[in-house]
Amino acid sequence: MDYIDHHAHMTSRTTDDYDQMALTGCRVLTEPAFWAGYDRATPEAFAAYFDALTDFEPKRAAKAGIQHFTWLSLNPKEAEDRALCASVLPVIERFLDKPNVLGIGEIGLNRVTRNEVATFEDHVELAIRHQHLPIMVHTPHLEDKLKGTRVILDSLASEQRVQPARVMIDHAEEHTLPMIKEQGYWAGLTLYPQTKVSPQRAVDMIEVFGADRICVASACDWGPSVPWAVSHFIREMRRRGHPDRLIQKVVWDNPSEFLGQSSNFKLTSQTAAEVAR
Amino acid sequence: MTSAAPSGACPLTQQQLIDEYFIEHRTKILDIAAFLDRFDRASEHNAEEDFRIRAFTKAVAALLDSENGGRMRAVQMLLSDPRTDLLPELDRKSAFGAYESR
Repeated sequence: MDYIDHHAHMTSRTTDDYDQMALTGCRVLTEPAFWAGYDRATPEAFAAYFDALTDFEPKRAAKAGIQHFTWLSLNPKEAEDRALCASVLPVIERFLDKPNVLGIGEIGLNRVTRNEVATFEDHVELAIRHQHLPIMVHTPHLEDKLKGTRVILDSLASEQRVQPARVMIDHAEEHTLPMIKEQGYWAGLTLYPQTKVSPQRAVDMIEVFGADRICVASACDWGPSVPWAVSHFIREMRRRGHPDRLIQKVVWDNPSEFLGQSSNFKLTSQTAAEVAR
Repeated sequence: MTSAAPSGACPLTQQQLIDEYFIEHRTKILDIAAFLDRFDRASEHNAEEDFRIRAFTKAVAALLDSENGGRMRAVQMLLSDPRTDLLPELDRKSAFGAYESR
């Protein structure tokens, strides 16, 4: 089955991974800006990274038959340095007219500090100032997820210009998904060994909370992760007897609807033809 | 005994779930048992009250309680920081996996 992976940090992965993703049905992926495992120290370092996300990675993906889109930001793990944030935001603006840029992301919180919240709100303002670009929000991991999700939702609710339908709250889990959906946001479930959600739990959440406004992704990066994890979700859905039309809603129709809010989200004729087969 | 599937149901019957999934979850519960035994066999008993192992054992106990809105939510809440106040500054990059109340 064809699928879209809305969250894959391919800069950290090999060309073989693109091939394997394509072989499992991935036709489109979107790559949010990520933390490199070390702190980028200068705006120039971010510019080089954004150049890779908007030029090198789309070409590498295309060789595997995958369309590549991206989201730009300082990652929440880089958000503590307010001076760096101030110097990088103008760099982000310079790249917003690149054809594969969908919006601002992944922004959000890591340890839920005052500076992280301030940097998050700067990014939200940037998105709104640019015709309310779609926003992808990272919620913190492990014990910080509940707290961070609550703070993020409170922050977004305090900004009346935010349109929840143009925002995806990613890395949702069982204890945060209800509050995300109740407030009208899209929710992302990330299929990641150990620290996020297993394919089995993702299917449980589809069964319990319904499939509306939920997308699934691998969130693959330089850590232990599985770039073709969405295919594991598809297999688990089938294992339980869920119909293909429901699976397609989660892995293709839903991400198409959310991502399609960006005017840059256009499938090439080749992708469209392959999907229509 | 069968009955109409309630909203939010898994399409599989209980019998089908056991037939399909028992072995893989048997493996998982044995891994947990082995981890707790390994913890007791540790060369030095210097972390009996570590906040992570305390949360872990509470979570294991929560598995036996099917009341109060579900085991999954109960375990998630046991492993979560319940507060919403902001840290004044970054203390570390990563989370620990359980909440250490001070």
